[in-house]
Amino acid sequence: MNGFWAILQRDLRLAMRQGADSVMVVAFFIVTTTLFPFGVGPEANILARIASGVIWVSALLAAMLSLERVFQTDYEDGSLELLTLSPVSLELLILGKVLAHWLTTGLPLIIAAPLMAVMLNMNQDGFIILMVAMLLGTPALSLIGAIGAALILGARRGGVLVSLLVLPLYIPVLIFGAGAVEAALLGISATAQLQIMAAILLLTLAAAPFATAHAVRQAME
Amino acid sequence: MADFSGSDLTCLRGERLVFGGLSFSATSGDAIMLRGRNGAGKSSLLRLMAGLLAPRSGTLYWNGENIADDRIAHHGRTQYLGHQDAIKPVLTVRDNLRLWGQLRGVRDLDAAIDRALDALDIHHLASVTGRYLSSGQKRRSALARVLIGQSDLWLLDEPTVGLDRESCAELAQLIASFRKDGGIVIYSTHIDLDVKNPTILDLDDFAVPMVEWLAEQDEMDDDQSDNATSQSSPEAAQ
Repeated sequence: MNGFWAILQRDLRLAMRQGADSVMVVAFFIVTTTLFPFGVGPEANILARIASGVIWVSALLAAMLSLERVFQTDYEDGSLELLTLSPVSLELLILGKVLAHWLTTGLPLIIAAPLMAVMLNMNQDGFIILMVAMLLGTPALSLIGAIGAALILGARRGGVLVSLLVLPLYIPVLIFGAGAVEAALLGISATAQLQIMAAILLLTLAAAPFATAHAVRQAME
Repeated sequence: MADFSGSDLTCLRGERLVFGGLSFSATSGDAIMLRGRNGAGKSSLLRLMAGLLAPRSGTLYWNGENIADDRIAHHGRTQYLGHQDAIKPVLTVRDNLRLWGQLRGVRDLDAAIDRALDALDIHHLASVTGRYLSSGQKRRSALARVLIGQSDLWLLDEPTVGLDRESCAELAQLIASFRKDGGIVIYSTHIDLDVKNPTILDLDDFAVPMVEWLAEQDEMDDDQSDNATSQSSPEAAQ
């Protein structure tokens, strides 16, 4: 576990020193969400109707935007090589890196989401469920995203490639995340959707570190 | 007494066969110097020894045990210095080194870092962030990493790049004292590093032309199919 905390600490320290990355993700999220009222018109009913979907899609895109930096800088300066050569399980180190990524991108998104919901005229009934759903969904996004980020190491134009790889895998999170909020807005219980999201999170938590570690080792060859 | 050896190693990179049939062996206190023209596979061999690359064929042994059987143990006893220094521009030298010490589970890490910085004469750089280091200072910080924690095997890929004459002498001394403590050092260098009687491994001797190798593989495949089916067709034998 020492390795897990060590890498988490280091990545958080790096993120603090380069604070711009986190701010950029949230700014991107806010800007994308803000585009929709301009696109579909300012009618309050329409905005309220599409609010949950818009917030989730924007969050997905914002999370994806930050993926490239999970491994890229470590890969370029040789740190990733040394992480692979550490006498610690690589899967555990990757879990630490993913947690750091989530804390610096997923968490700020969750905090910004209710603000966007207010802007889009979403009914207050949906706020709590929106945040709970994002609490379950965004870690899964980071975990799935890490696989994509590791697979594109060494590829040119990795940014575009990672979106093609990862976005299709984000669809289940999107469906159930937006579905949970919809249910809450209609006054139905959202338990089923949230349970499925929790299942997705557990599944990715179990599988993603191994897939990512494999991809990282492949990139070292 | 530790013993590190490799037998009949073949390394394939992409479509190209870098070297084949390479064997070596080293015991505590030994140093092996890798020589060869550019592209002869010095770096590849060091990465192979570190466990970053898997050999196409052949096996590496530590005290008679295949290193692929227990990678974590091998990583624990090995310190690898590659082409890159892995120094983060926004972290101080001390913070940069701290991670690698923590990953090795080094006790009393701050003292260990101090000792390593002293050994490389860069104690005054401890709180300087990576971005303000010269390339030689970065290289020395990377060498300081190698000194942190217990290890039995150093794999140094061009450790002298960017180092001035004085630092090279220091490095030679560090290598000497590591060998005296029973360590094994395997390194490649383009300049003369003052290491006492190293074994010289010339990788040019193990270069295999691709054509020969393919022919050999074909023969092996044929042999196998001959064994598998008792009746072999006369065409295949030719």
